[in-house]
Amino acid sequence: MDESKLSRMYAGFVKFVLKRFIVLYLTVVIAVYATILVANMGGKVDEIVIGDIRMSVAQMVNQNPLYKGLPGDQRAKLIEEMVQQEIKRRGLDTPFYVRSLIYLKDALTLDLGRALVLRSDSGSMYVKNIILERLPNTVMLFTTVTVINFFLHLFIGLYLSRHYGSLLDKISVALAPTSVIPGWFYGIFLILIFYSWLHVLPPGGLVDVPPPDNPVDYALSVLKHMILPMLSWIISGFFLGIYSNRTFFLIFSTEDYVEAAKAKGLPPRMIETRYILRPTLPPIVTNFALSLVGSWGGAIITETVFNWPGLGLVTYNAISSFDTPVIVGITVIYAYLLMITVLVLDIIYAWLDPRIKIQFR
Amino acid sequence: MSSAKGFAGAVKSVLQELLSYKSGVVGLLLLGFLVALSIYAVTTIPMEKAIAMWRSGGTMWLENPRLAPPEWIQFFVGKNLPKTMVFNSVNKTSIIVGDGVKKIHIEFVFYYPYDDFPSELNMFFTANFSRQLGTPKINILWIKPSGDEVNVTSFSTYSSTFSFYFVTDPVTEAFTSYIRQRYGIEPSYMITNMQLLFGKFTPESLRAGRMSVEKGVYKAIVDATLFGQDSDLDCKMVVYGTVYGIAGTDHLRRPLEIALLWGAPIALAFGLTASLVTTFAEMIIATISGYYGGVLDSIIQRVTEIYMVLPFLPFLILISVFYGLNIWTLLAVIIVLSIFGPGIKSTRALVMQIKEYPYVEAAKTYGASNMRIIFMYIIPKILPPIVPGLIAAVPSYVFLEAALAFLGLGDPSLPTWGKVINDAFENGALYKGYFYWVLEPSALLVVTGLAFALLGFALDRIVNPRLREM
Repeated sequence: MDESKLSRMYAGFVKFVLKRFIVLYLTVVIAVYATILVANMGGKVDEIVIGDIRMSVAQMVNQNPLYKGLPGDQRAKLIEEMVQQEIKRRGLDTPFYVRSLIYLKDALTLDLGRALVLRSDSGSMYVKNIILERLPNTVMLFTTVTVINFFLHLFIGLYLSRHYGSLLDKISVALAPTSVIPGWFYGIFLILIFYSWLHVLPPGGLVDVPPPDNPVDYALSVLKHMILPMLSWIISGFFLGIYSNRTFFLIFSTEDYVEAAKAKGLPPRMIETRYILRPTLPPIVTNFALSLVGSWGGAIITETVFNWPGLGLVTYNAISSFDTPVIVGITVIYAYLLMITVLVLDIIYAWLDPRIKIQFR
Repeated sequence: MSSAKGFAGAVKSVLQELLSYKSGVVGLLLLGFLVALSIYAVTTIPMEKAIAMWRSGGTMWLENPRLAPPEWIQFFVGKNLPKTMVFNSVNKTSIIVGDGVKKIHIEFVFYYPYDDFPSELNMFFTANFSRQLGTPKINILWIKPSGDEVNVTSFSTYSSTFSFYFVTDPVTEAFTSYIRQRYGIEPSYMITNMQLLFGKFTPESLRAGRMSVEKGVYKAIVDATLFGQDSDLDCKMVVYGTVYGIAGTDHLRRPLEIALLWGAPIALAFGLTASLVTTFAEMIIATISGYYGGVLDSIIQRVTEIYMVLPFLPFLILISVFYGLNIWTLLAVIIVLSIFGPGIKSTRALVMQIKEYPYVEAAKTYGASNMRIIFMYIIPKILPPIVPGLIAAVPSYVFLEAALAFLGLGDPSLPTWGKVINDAFENGALYKGYFYWVLEPSALLVVTGLAFALLGFALDRIVNPRLREM
């Protein structure tokens, strides 16, 4: 390949990445704006907020002994003045569509602002702190499960594809439909068995109450609380995961080049790693990366079932207390994470896949 | 018509093939059971009646025990568990004693054969009297098979309907003082009122607080003194069992079978509609995107990508919290939120391939319209690989509805399986041991999920011959 051809290829690649980035970023912008519109109910949340302001101001004035002597109509006037002042101070007097654009700019620049109702455990009202406090819990639980599931499905799937037709293989195929039952649903059964019946594991929460002082005991206690939620996700995904990996490997193992390798008399181990695993890895890794990002969104229902203080539970609490900034904040972070993952995967594929590479020349 | 015949023939051959798979047979059997359950539910209890029964509050189910497991549980327990007994004042005698004074004597005589104590005992009175002449005075006497006679209570009533609950303190006091006088011992504070009423009195059992049931003929005697010729009094006594019906009752004494039965048609209708509409909408959008290409294609692809970034479940929860949806608007929202699903990408790729097939080219040259090509040539080709996914996707919508109900966001008026699980969870069923309350709706949800999953898997093999060998 000569010099000019190579540089043209690089230029094409950069152009491709840039184009992908712009498209993905626009996607994020539109998705976040849609979230802002829905989370504010198209401005209806403002009315709720103004109602709250009116109530708390009225309460404050009525309880203040200073204003006790004031006649009723004057007091009403005073309340109205203070309410208008507060509305102006919070910027609620500008029309919603203007503010929605300001919200969008703030959200995209990760200026997430303050929560309306929720607080972090340390008492902070900043959305950023609330999210940062809960994100580690979610990552700890669901990233671990996603990684465990990935390796379980990969290796057992590979094993089954090698022992295709064996009893174990038949059982796994027959049990694959059990995966339609979602993890949170298995969670209920697990709580029933291991907490209510056998009394061996806690039904939920992050640590024992009160939390142990010793860091080792603390870690062990957290680990104990992680067992059931993790188990529920492992059981739920298990048979479908190994079934689809196994079928995937089987389909690839009937490709012509694998047959050719077999005909050449290559050792089975080599065929497996070089001719089957390697070409099948990209789609498997894509799925893994996407499910990893997906897991950071927090599994709302599983976290609710197990009362696990992660992003999912915060999302649910934020929604049920109309805490719009928190909802928008979580969505923005999720959207950015997804965007970065997709972009990175796109770049890797574009670089690796000869069929895409050819376009840059 | 020949095409209709062809379609029927195709369905028949698929069904025949389905029956050659074990998973297909099991799936069809489970589905048949669910359909039968749904038909039974819809025909025996009309929807309005079911909703009215489910939302009636306390009054309608007054005669049911609270939190009672189903009757068949006694096969596992190995004991004859008490069922609810209701007595009306049939053995009623009323005598007029001179000057407008009326004496009413009501006797409830019943045989108690069960191995366990009842859960509650209540008397519901309806009285007809005039306040000017005087309020009724009521005395209740409890006679046990052993001959113990306890004067449970004496009171006056001021209203025309009232209830007397035997779990209250006056009953405990009456029994305690009787035991003190008759046996000369102080009964253990651990003895419940039901044990006092139905337990075998021995000095040891009274001291230890471990009572066994005294089987035999019991008598409850209500004596009332009323004033005025027209005055009257009726009494209904309910001895509440600890088991009820085929499905048990919940914390509001409602029979669970109403919700379990009605959950089936709701789940089937909900899951099937959601899956059908979203799958077909996705298919048509993907076909248009793949077939026309160009600007339309890229718009559809970008919208799909935006949909992939939107957090589906939080959005759904947001909308249902804000607008308090009923189940059909919820269905509509779910459909709108999942129309541009990831399935569009794979179907589009398929369409791009089919578009190049010679017969499509041929159709174009003889001047077939785009609509005709899409609906007559392309969609019939992509339909078969889509159908198994459609069937297999039904459970995810059924569980989605259950999940929302579990979060307390479901339709508040309809009795669904998810709603029952939510009620059970909120009332601590898992922690207090009311396992039947969780397990019954769960079992039905699992059956629904497995039925469609098994069918979907079997169909997948029929449609994708490549999988068949694997």
